[in-house]
Amino acid sequence: MRLCERTAHDLRGMLVRGEVTSREITESVLDQIGKVEEKIGAYLTITPEQALAQADAADARIRAEQGNRCGGQCGGVGRGGDDATGQAPGILGIPVAMKDNICTRGIRTTCGSRMLENFVPPYDATVVKKLRDAGAVIIGKTNMDEFAMGSSTENSAFHITRNPWDCQRVPGGSSGGSAAAVAAGEAIMALGTDTGGSVREPASFCGVVGVKPTYGRVSRYGVVAFGSSLDQVGPLAKDVEDAALLLGVLAGLDGCDSTSVPKPVPNYASALDRGIKGLSIGVPTELFGAGLDPRVRKLVEDGISAMEGRGARTVQVSMPHAEYALAAYYIVATAEASSNLARFDGVRYGHRAAGSEDITSLMKRSRSEGFGAEVKRRIMLGTYALSSGYYEAYYAKAMKARTLLKRDLEAAFEICDVLVSPTVPFLPFKIGEKFDDPLSMYLADVYTTTANLTGVPAISVPCGLSDGLPVGIHLVGRLFDEETLFSAARALEEACGVARMRPPAACGCGDVEEGRNGR
Amino acid sequence: MSQDYEVVIGMEVHAELAAESKVFCRCRTEFGAPPNSQTCPVCLGMPGALPVLNKKALEHTMRAALALNCTIAEYSKFDRKNYFYPDLPKAYQISQYDLPIGRDGYLDIDVDGKAKRVRIRRVHLEEETGKSVHAGDDIISATQSLMDFNRCGIGLMEIVSEADIRSADEARAYLSKLRSVLLAVGASDCKMEEGSMRCEANVSVMPVGAKEYGTLVELKNIASFRAVHRAIQYESARQIQLIEAGGRVTRETRHWDDAKGQTAFMRSKEEAHDYRYFPEPDLVPLLIDRSWVEEMRRNMPELPDAKAARYAREWGLPQCDAAQIADSAALAGFFEATVALHPDGREAAKWLLGDVSAALNATGIELSASKLTPEHLAEMLKMIASGMISGKIAKSVFEETFNSGAAPAKVVEERGLSQISNTSELEAVIARVLEANPGPVADYAAGKERAITFLVGQVMKETRGRANPGEVNRILKEKLSH
Repeated sequence: MRLCERTAHDLRGMLVRGEVTSREITESVLDQIGKVEEKIGAYLTITPEQALAQADAADARIRAEQGNRCGGQCGGVGRGGDDATGQAPGILGIPVAMKDNICTRGIRTTCGSRMLENFVPPYDATVVKKLRDAGAVIIGKTNMDEFAMGSSTENSAFHITRNPWDCQRVPGGSSGGSAAAVAAGEAIMALGTDTGGSVREPASFCGVVGVKPTYGRVSRYGVVAFGSSLDQVGPLAKDVEDAALLLGVLAGLDGCDSTSVPKPVPNYASALDRGIKGLSIGVPTELFGAGLDPRVRKLVEDGISAMEGRGARTVQVSMPHAEYALAAYYIVATAEASSNLARFDGVRYGHRAAGSEDITSLMKRSRSEGFGAEVKRRIMLGTYALSSGYYEAYYAKAMKARTLLKRDLEAAFEICDVLVSPTVPFLPFKIGEKFDDPLSMYLADVYTTTANLTGVPAISVPCGLSDGLPVGIHLVGRLFDEETLFSAARALEEACGVARMRPPAACGCGDVEEGRNGR
Repeated sequence: MSQDYEVVIGMEVHAELAAESKVFCRCRTEFGAPPNSQTCPVCLGMPGALPVLNKKALEHTMRAALALNCTIAEYSKFDRKNYFYPDLPKAYQISQYDLPIGRDGYLDIDVDGKAKRVRIRRVHLEEETGKSVHAGDDIISATQSLMDFNRCGIGLMEIVSEADIRSADEARAYLSKLRSVLLAVGASDCKMEEGSMRCEANVSVMPVGAKEYGTLVELKNIASFRAVHRAIQYESARQIQLIEAGGRVTRETRHWDDAKGQTAFMRSKEEAHDYRYFPEPDLVPLLIDRSWVEEMRRNMPELPDAKAARYAREWGLPQCDAAQIADSAALAGFFEATVALHPDGREAAKWLLGDVSAALNATGIELSASKLTPEHLAEMLKMIASGMISGKIAKSVFEETFNSGAAPAKVVEERGLSQISNTSELEAVIARVLEANPGPVADYAAGKERAITFLVGQVMKETRGRANPGEVNRILKEKLSH
């Protein structure tokens, strides 16, 4: 297996044992990018020189640490020699890709928008700083739906990203670039952001693991806001162990984000092998109803049976207000977005329309030119939902629905430890198929938005292929209980035996037919 | 003004917090720093930046609210007030909407000796905006506008009164009292000339005895206490005139033009913004601990009213003098330092409100910036009390001290101004005067007692005012009666 196809924990072991260098891993990833990026289009910006320099720095750090640890005599420790030994964090020297709405000092951060086409942030997001401190190698910035609005990565202002499993299909969104990069070996792991399912949905479509941590678990500082009360940064990885490893680096209180929570960060990796014997898994009846593709349903039900086979108990639970989640989500998210995106007015940074005579036309024209259709649509929706006279009917109602959903979950978690459902009700769709029908596209988020509205953690794990396309199972946990989620996900992953699914495009020889190009 | 109308006024005052850093970031807040030198991603509203509340800003606001007798909310939150403006980087202001930090308080004022209570509706915390600088002679002819974001994100308190104020005089007294309270608790430096205190007045008129208020007009851009008074007088007269002429006052916002002494139409209610307030999701709600509030209440500095009462009680000052000193943090501090060195409050107050205030007014110097110290004043009062210098000499000593900062004792010594009470020295001078003025001496002998005044004057002249007048009188009488 080539280095770029391996997991981070695998590579970490090899690094510690001196079998490989970070430079070799990074070169392997860059080489893969050279082979497949033209087909996939996962990236908006690739930073090879910086990545190689960081890889060399990581190699030096690994050598220094090995020298300190055992006088250069031992061959390293078990699983990645991670934090438990007090040594280097587990992602030292590992190439990681970042969604392009996460600010990187000195590297342009576009949010997939013309508005920020030339925006180079003067600072690093806290998650980026954490990765840098941990010695990760930043490989580049991945494509995304403009300002994280969309479920297909077709809304990027620059190009579309293709699903490595079928290049005529979308990779999901909005973190489609990150998911595709990990699936295709163009990064070992990646960061995405999840406002309504934007990590989990593309993870499901691309056959990788995606996590939306508990709200407040990971700092949002430096992440360009979409829906502030919903956004969380989350890992995209090849398997559950890698996802746990990466979240361990990202998580924790940040003095720059008041909504980050002062709770100690557990060692997620050590929770992985708890098993699921005796774990109670709730199956919400409402989430297996109409609108669910039978092929998806089949694989998800198989996954649930497999978990039962490993000792988990399933119980039927009810989420009586689940049907309002999507509507509530689209009110709250667009309301917050309309406010968050108001700062893009052409005055201080970003796109400025040429030749405006006065400030009003400068702002109007800059925004008209800088934003794409989906972003404008959502700004309009959100502005309407907040305007006086409609606030009570929309925003206030949505907040009430949010409370009801929280109560649904509290009740469900009285009788179960984890909730299970499909991640997305349908298989990855064809490029262009839903592009002109935003409402049908919004349905992709129908199962995922509840976690964002209520703050609970959730994960999407591949559970198999249907017609050669990946399907993900969605697990939802209690607030701040990512550990149970990871242990359940790990058991599911083993039971389904899909931890090593490799998409055809990953080997660099997949046939690509011409699909819809751009928009 | 017509006798038949009553003016109804509510005030909205914005005061910048006297904190060293901004309310949601750590940028400095120094006034007059080079443009955009005190900014960061947070106060510039850069993509991804997030606000974090500065505890000091919250404390200042709570202290102000307590001083204004408000109830401090147990649960408060921040909201976004959305509107586009070039000097508002995020295109929303973090403010407070339905759950302000303080509410339902009051402020007692005094107008022409009449006490009056003005209710305070709310005290809330928000952030300042930046400043547009128009390149050109004026905003109309300017070809470009430049942005200075130094002010952006400075903590700003908004204090809203109920419509309890009934005249321009009351409005001015309210502002003045509010300023003294905010200064006393150190919440703001309240410099209207630097824009750190700004006010808006909501003015309406109604027939005397009416049950419903008239249509209110909001007055903006009022930059001084004097302007408040003028603006309200102008606007209430305008409204009365309009009604008398059969017209109707419309709900609108008007701009006060201080140069022209007029208000001018700015915008109507229909053009008012829809701010689309909603809870600020980047800041967690504030849960204000009761014990914290109680501790703060216990540690409140003495407020102007209590201070004035104490001055009147301890030093026997007339009520209005006591209030005048207590209302000014600078005067009060100076007063207390002076009486600590020389325990004669009445004299200290007399000087502070008299010569000291006059000198400050004449030179335009702030007390805190003047060369005069409490030590100086105390030293001078001591010299007067001991008879070392006369009250008249003291005035010229004060002048010198005020201008040069030289210690009064030194001035007296260098200029040889100490009073002559030495009997033999005085007797010698008196002997010379008596000899040189036989006429008045004869007059006195003939029963014209007032002739002695002339002789005293001559002695003072001979001694350049240094002779102790009491002693001179005594010796003269003694000599003349022989």
